[in-house]
Amino acid sequence: MSDIRSRRQALIERILRGEGLTAPEQRAAAFANSGVTESAAGLISKVVKHASSVTDDDIHRARQSGLSEDQLFELVVCGAVGAASRQHDAALEALAAAVSER
Amino acid sequence: MRLQILDSGHGLGTRALFAFIRVVSRQPVLDIIKLVKYRPEFYGKPMSAVTHEAMRGPSAWSIGDRELMAAVVAQANDCAFCTSAHAEVAKAAFGDEAKVAAVLADLDAATIGEPLRATLRMLRKLSREGGVSAEDMRDVLAAGGTQEQIQDALAVAFAFNTITRLAEAFGFVVAPPRAMKAGAKFLLARGYR
Repeated sequence: MSDIRSRRQALIERILRGEGLTAPEQRAAAFANSGVTESAAGLISKVVKHASSVTDDDIHRARQSGLSEDQLFELVVCGAVGAASRQHDAALEALAAAVSER
Repeated sequence: MRLQILDSGHGLGTRALFAFIRVVSRQPVLDIIKLVKYRPEFYGKPMSAVTHEAMRGPSAWSIGDRELMAAVVAQANDCAFCTSAHAEVAKAAFGDEAKVAAVLADLDAATIGEPLRATLRMLRKLSREGGVSAEDMRDVLAAGGTQEQIQDALAVAFAFNTITRLAEAFGFVVAPPRAMKAGAKFLLARGYR
């Protein structure tokens, strides 16, 4: 079987603690979708919950609040990886529960 | 795309690579390539390692099965770019366009094996609703899917629940059919590294 665990962890380490143009605390907040600064909170919430609802205006508003494109790039990546990680972890837990009950 | 840096902020070497791709393929560079090649140390390289393992690593699922899973996850997330891209790869991998079209049109009625159908249902629910239950997993196991196959399918879902969010947030544009087919041909031959 495939094994993405170490690669997924390396990705998370890189985006949260590697070099970037946003503070690690900002990236961690986007990853968790919790405590995101007001300038990006609406955008990150949409990325997490229903990314297809993101509009040009969401990006424009975040840019107008002072975030650069590179900073938005980092925060959106962190939000997306964080949301998918939580889905993945929860599904693995559901699988473990199903297997243990057999 | 919504961020100009993703369209035109790449370094000289990458811009030369894009020019080469345009000349050789006679197609525009797909937005997903522009994303993974932008500041690749931050996202593109580590994410490609995840995606390649999920899509081309050892698995009881075929490459076509996993590309179909990617397309179903993308469809569940309303991501037209990724649905189109991975449907094309699945069609090429299976050598069966009708099968892929049937799954995307009506999963319950498509002529596919029950383990794959149950797995695709579970992935669709996970992607749409954000979670699945132990009962959902028992349904896949009861249909003949193994624990290892489910873990492999969840790896595909992790990759595409990430990628589709980025595609939608950054405003990926679905390229003309010939360009999507050229991209599919490349992914089938070379994988995601």
